[in-house]
Amino acid sequence: MSFARVHLDESKCVTSGQCVLTAPEVFDQREKDGVAIVLTDSPAPELRGKVQEAAAGCPAAAIRLAAPADAPGRVGGRPPIEGPL
Amino acid sequence: MSQLSSELPSFPMSKAKGCPLDPPPEYARLRSDRPVAKARLWDGKEVWLITGYEEIRAIFTDPRISVDNTQPGYPWLSEQQRTVVLTGGVKPVGRMDPPEHTAMRRMLGQGFLVKKIQNMRGDVESLVNGLIDDILAGPRPADLVTALAMPVPSTALGWVLGVPPADKRLISLVPRLFDEDSGLEGAMEARNELFAYIDELITHRENEPGDDIISHLVGYYQKGELTRVSVLTQSVTLIAAALDTTRSMITNGILALLQHPEQAAALIDDPDLAPAAVEELLRYTVVTEFSSKRVAAADIEIAGETIKAGDGVICLISAGNRDEKFFTDPDTLDIRRDAKHHLGFGAGIHTCIGKQLARMELEVVYGTLFRRIPELRLAVPFDQLVFRNTFDVQGVRALPVTW
Repeated sequence: MSFARVHLDESKCVTSGQCVLTAPEVFDQREKDGVAIVLTDSPAPELRGKVQEAAAGCPAAAIRLAAPADAPGRVGGRPPIEGPL
Repeated sequence: MSQLSSELPSFPMSKAKGCPLDPPPEYARLRSDRPVAKARLWDGKEVWLITGYEEIRAIFTDPRISVDNTQPGYPWLSEQQRTVVLTGGVKPVGRMDPPEHTAMRRMLGQGFLVKKIQNMRGDVESLVNGLIDDILAGPRPADLVTALAMPVPSTALGWVLGVPPADKRLISLVPRLFDEDSGLEGAMEARNELFAYIDELITHRENEPGDDIISHLVGYYQKGELTRVSVLTQSVTLIAAALDTTRSMITNGILALLQHPEQAAALIDDPDLAPAAVEELLRYTVVTEFSSKRVAAADIEIAGETIKAGDGVICLISAGNRDEKFFTDPDTLDIRRDAKHHLGFGAGIHTCIGKQLARMELEVVYGTLFRRIPELRLAVPFDQLVFRNTFDVQGVRALPVTW
């Protein structure tokens, strides 16, 4: 069972590579510009610590973790922000 | 409680005599009394000094904070710096706010891919081993600034940027850009020489593109997404940001280990400590606070103070890195501690773009040097070392060692 869904806001990513260094099993970078890629959005439970560290360490705060119990589209327990805000 | 203008401390502040690796003692007093405090600059302007770890992190990650150095409130530290940095009129990546900043980071991101940096490790190890071979075969004492600290970052940056390896012209130009002793005229001369040199490199890459940053920037220029002047500016910025800082971090780190022989011994005994040693040395011996200047784009309430829109702000990362509220026993160098949340590379979206490259270089340099020359020691008394007279990059001018 996975512990969380990994959400990446690509528009915020500043290509620091912090997530790749912290949790290479879950994150990589696009070759052309260094923007982060999520390799698996439902990582195995044993990666929990690393993924949380990657989210906390992201300099652009571009990574969010959603508990699996959340309804689809809900991020971090808060209602999703949608539409042209 | 507000500070009276007449009582404002002046900034920059002096380091304690005999303690060139430590932050000025005034930082600790500010951090404990008033982690967000006003001070006065050389030109009479007021500036907010941020000295608490959490407060610095909050400022660095606050979207209401701008890095735009063309704002009137931006805190310059000298007329020379303002003139040298602002000449040219194109913003370097570190002075762009989003969304311009985000787009520029992506144009540069290809050169600093984690995998690419990791793949360079073997080459950096060969480079460092070759330089240490030369040191061991050469006369004693050896100056580690010229024998190790300058060639390592300039060669490695050359590989990612597309600069010919160990270009002597480049190495000599960069320190002159920001050296107060060279004066405004000298600094402008160095700036113009550096731009002319990089301009040649861009022309070279227009004709012979490779897998390097300048070639990629040239590609964006040829697609009409970047001006040629911006290609030039971003390239020069990376050079200025990478070489002077890494050079000083290499020598300051070595010096800190020489001053704490039990820490050097621990590193020699257990080479696996090298990554942690790098983080701790980055925390303990901050070499630059050049990039930590900001301007508030809106009113910001922090630590009981109100930073008004337009006010200048300087985050004193060397103060944050010695904050006892965040690091236990912060004035002690301990390479076994977990120091990875230090502020040495900044924090937030402007975090150092080359930090993974710098970390790898430092890891290889510290680990290899002390493993291969465990008897390494200073060739002159510590108090005879000459430190560079700038706030922005703090390092020793020469590091004479013997073994």
